[in-house]
Amino acid sequence: MSKILEVENLATYFHTFKGVVKSVDRISFSMEEGEVLGVVGESGGGKSVTGFSIIRLIDPPGEITADYVLFDGENLMEKSEKEMNQIRGDKITMIFQDPMTSLNPVYTIERQIAEVLKLHQPGITKAQCRARGIELLKEVGIPNAEERIKCYPHQFSGGMRQRVVIAIALAGSPKLIIADEPTTALDVTIQAQVLQLMKRLVSEKGCALMLITHDLAVVSEITDRVNVMYCGHIVESAPTRELIEKPLHPYTRGLLASIPGSGAVREDERLEVIPGMVPNMFDLPKGCKFAPRCAACMEVCREREPETITVSPGRQVACHLCGKGEEDA
Amino acid sequence: MANSLKKQWDSLKGSQFYAHYRRSPVALLSSALLLIILFLAVFGPLFTPQNPFDLSSLDLSNAYLPPYPREGSDPAFFMGTDQQGRDIFSAIVYGSRTSLYIGVVGVLLCSALGIFLGVLAGYYGGWLDSLIMRLADIQLSFPSILIAMFLMSALGRGVGNVLIALMLVGWVKFARTVRGETLSVRKMEYVDAARVIGLPSHRIILRYILPNVMTSIIVLATMQVGTFILIEATLSFLGLGVPVTEPSLGMLCSDGFKVMFGGLWWVSVFPGLYIVVIVFAINLLGDFLRDELNPKLK
Amino acid sequence: MSEILRVENLTQQFRLDKSLLDKLHWEKGRITLRERVVKAVNGISFHVERGEAFGLVGESGCGKSTTARTIIGLNRPTSGDILFDGKSTAAMDKGERFALHKQMQMIFQDPYASLNPRMTVMDIVTEPILFHKLAGSRQEAEQRAYALLERVGIRPELASRFPHQFSGGQRQRIGIARALAVNPQFIVADEPVSALDVSIQAQILNLLMDLKEERSLSYLFIAHDLSVVRHLCSRLAVMYLGRIVEMGSREQIFEHPSHPYTQLLLAAAPKLTGSSIAGYEIPEKEMPTVLDLPKGCAFCNRCRYASPQCETELPALREVELGHVSACHLCGKK
Repeated sequence: MSKILEVENLATYFHTFKGVVKSVDRISFSMEEGEVLGVVGESGGGKSVTGFSIIRLIDPPGEITADYVLFDGENLMEKSEKEMNQIRGDKITMIFQDPMTSLNPVYTIERQIAEVLKLHQPGITKAQCRARGIELLKEVGIPNAEERIKCYPHQFSGGMRQRVVIAIALAGSPKLIIADEPTTALDVTIQAQVLQLMKRLVSEKGCALMLITHDLAVVSEITDRVNVMYCGHIVESAPTRELIEKPLHPYTRGLLASIPGSGAVREDERLEVIPGMVPNMFDLPKGCKFAPRCAACMEVCREREPETITVSPGRQVACHLCGKGEEDA
Repeated sequence: MANSLKKQWDSLKGSQFYAHYRRSPVALLSSALLLIILFLAVFGPLFTPQNPFDLSSLDLSNAYLPPYPREGSDPAFFMGTDQQGRDIFSAIVYGSRTSLYIGVVGVLLCSALGIFLGVLAGYYGGWLDSLIMRLADIQLSFPSILIAMFLMSALGRGVGNVLIALMLVGWVKFARTVRGETLSVRKMEYVDAARVIGLPSHRIILRYILPNVMTSIIVLATMQVGTFILIEATLSFLGLGVPVTEPSLGMLCSDGFKVMFGGLWWVSVFPGLYIVVIVFAINLLGDFLRDELNPKLK
Repeated sequence: MSEILRVENLTQQFRLDKSLLDKLHWEKGRITLRERVVKAVNGISFHVERGEAFGLVGESGCGKSTTARTIIGLNRPTSGDILFDGKSTAAMDKGERFALHKQMQMIFQDPYASLNPRMTVMDIVTEPILFHKLAGSRQEAEQRAYALLERVGIRPELASRFPHQFSGGQRQRIGIARALAVNPQFIVADEPVSALDVSIQAQILNLLMDLKEERSLSYLFIAHDLSVVRHLCSRLAVMYLGRIVEMGSREQIFEHPSHPYTQLLLAAAPKLTGSSIAGYEIPEKEMPTVLDLPKGCAFCNRCRYASPQCETELPALREVELGHVSACHLCGKK
């Protein structure tokens, strides 16, 4: 398998009147073709900004820098705005949390799908657009697609709307779909449907999926690999099952332990918690960003930022503790 | 309470609003203009060459002097004089006091009425809401200047009557804005929390609703001062506004208008320009406040 | 144990078309008078024991939040009764109802909307103390507020700040302090952790559990997340479209759920083991709306066991084992 996306030293800083916010701070990662990558973390971790930075949808005062962002062999950082517009919505598409805001309420679904199709296949006829639109709606499991394509977004329920959004995301010929909390606004049963659908489509179409979410359980259901982000850094990156079963970074461990009903914790007992809260982004600690909340914090953690080390193939972690552990072993 | 105000002030200074204000040339320019205008209105009489409405200080031999650099002008009356030998600059300074007074007090009065009715309509809803809003709809289907003219011809000239007319014309905008904001604030969980505590409605309105609709009221009130100055000027120009004994800028325009096409343009043009400057500064500041405080109103 | 709250046959409806003009509809060439009514809660009954945490679970639109709001007094029930400490609230006079505000409090869902942005934290917490005259002086009220804030984990020196200077988790703590300010016995918590980050969620859940023990509180806990309820509540009810479909102890519901909807909810929840969603057949159909409730079982269009009887006849709650009831025609038959 070859790499569809390679990100090296991506940084997105917001220069606000209060100071600089390093939302994403020099992160590097890559995705294989057809891979489902989960990006998890709490709010302020920089996971959404990572997604937006890859397709360069960051407005001033935000500023993106990177050594390179290679997508399908091409460096996105060197593309002009016009070229990026061609790539967005066609080869890389995005799905957002609230389907109502990503659909235009005054146009029918047909028109919105046609818009994407026309953008990327100039010269396509109206009849072709309609046929392709119906095909797409059927693919995402919308019953009675021939009729429903004439409807407006508000005539769909939340789950159906998210399916429409997915259909529109598939209208180009995406090689990478970036989904930002696509099921957070949905009910559990609907969420399960949409997750099933996304997993099926990704494997059918062979496109890669970057799933940005706060929910480790969702991640463990459909992803192959996970990046855990904290304060703009990737603190741990590992194959999903390994990460869930043997988390290395104290933050990952804390996150997993915080989930009610997860493994070791018994009912009525207190949950294991990560003490404190996410630090102020204007005033980040000097060393490891997690040090103030970390139970295993050492002298060196407060002084120096840990480097990302490869523990085993495909498994990286940024923690002073882990590096030491490896040397000892 | 004073302590809390100081806290509010400190928090304002650390806010994005303050940072944007300090960096916005538009906001700084308009504030500077308004400060000068206010300064002139308050302290202007201390250094104007005459009290233009004290007939004994006027000298008819000075009638129709042109503005300063022109031939036959008097540097003391650099904006020229009118047919009674009245200094135009002095007249403007005195006139702006009336105009600003009417604008500001008019807005205070009509915002009080509008806020009261708007909060009632938005908070209690039901038939009260229907009644107030239908009344507002009916009034909005007439041009406001028409209503003002009608009221003035019924009430007769006078500063007090202008204020009454402006209040009856302007409450609708406040009521509608405040009602809309109240409806959305009312849905906030902190209002539910106040009800769960058992607080009575009047306390909820005063402590929970009003402080949170204040920003939109401030934006609207700022813009409305400009509008009211214009309406008053129009009324006075038409001879329906303030009495001759308390002339406003609009009346000065009207006075000079009769001789304007005889080449004596300055009598009318300078007061007119001053109205433009005042309203321009107010609207600039209002625009800035609207963009910063309440993007919804755009 | 005694009951602190009993809800009897509670119904809550909202009329969408308030004025006469809204009710007129143009249908088949003639004007007809028709009113749309949201049937949010349709005759539910349950009780909460003293010192117990009772959970009310369901998806959005099932009426769980409406139930909470009606119990706390934010809505007036359409019919049915709520008994607090054995006394019917419908029969209470003004003074008694006012006193109820001191016994029942609420914790809200959205920490960003539940605190008045124009009041300092100190004002927010002292407001209920001063209003209900639970302190002799302002100083005394402030002393109590400091103690409360400290207890919920807010440093007292931050009390003079405004809500926007706090994070979501801290705001939720302030909201809890406000609810505790009147020393209530009963707390309605409407999704108190669903807007929070995972690690903060755990902190708040622990805090709620500690407070329950310290102050022997009773909770009515509203949630859409089964794992949260499983952690906190000893008994729970599952709601679907305004009705309770299953109710029982935590063990009964989670270990042998009887209603097909409960089974679906449990199966559809993503799990860390990562095997549930792929394996389970999830019905593609969606919920009917509360404007137009079906005649029979509301779940039957999504139920894989549905029979013709389910479409026409509304199932009643039946006991499947001691203290465990379920509203399904098939219960006991499977």
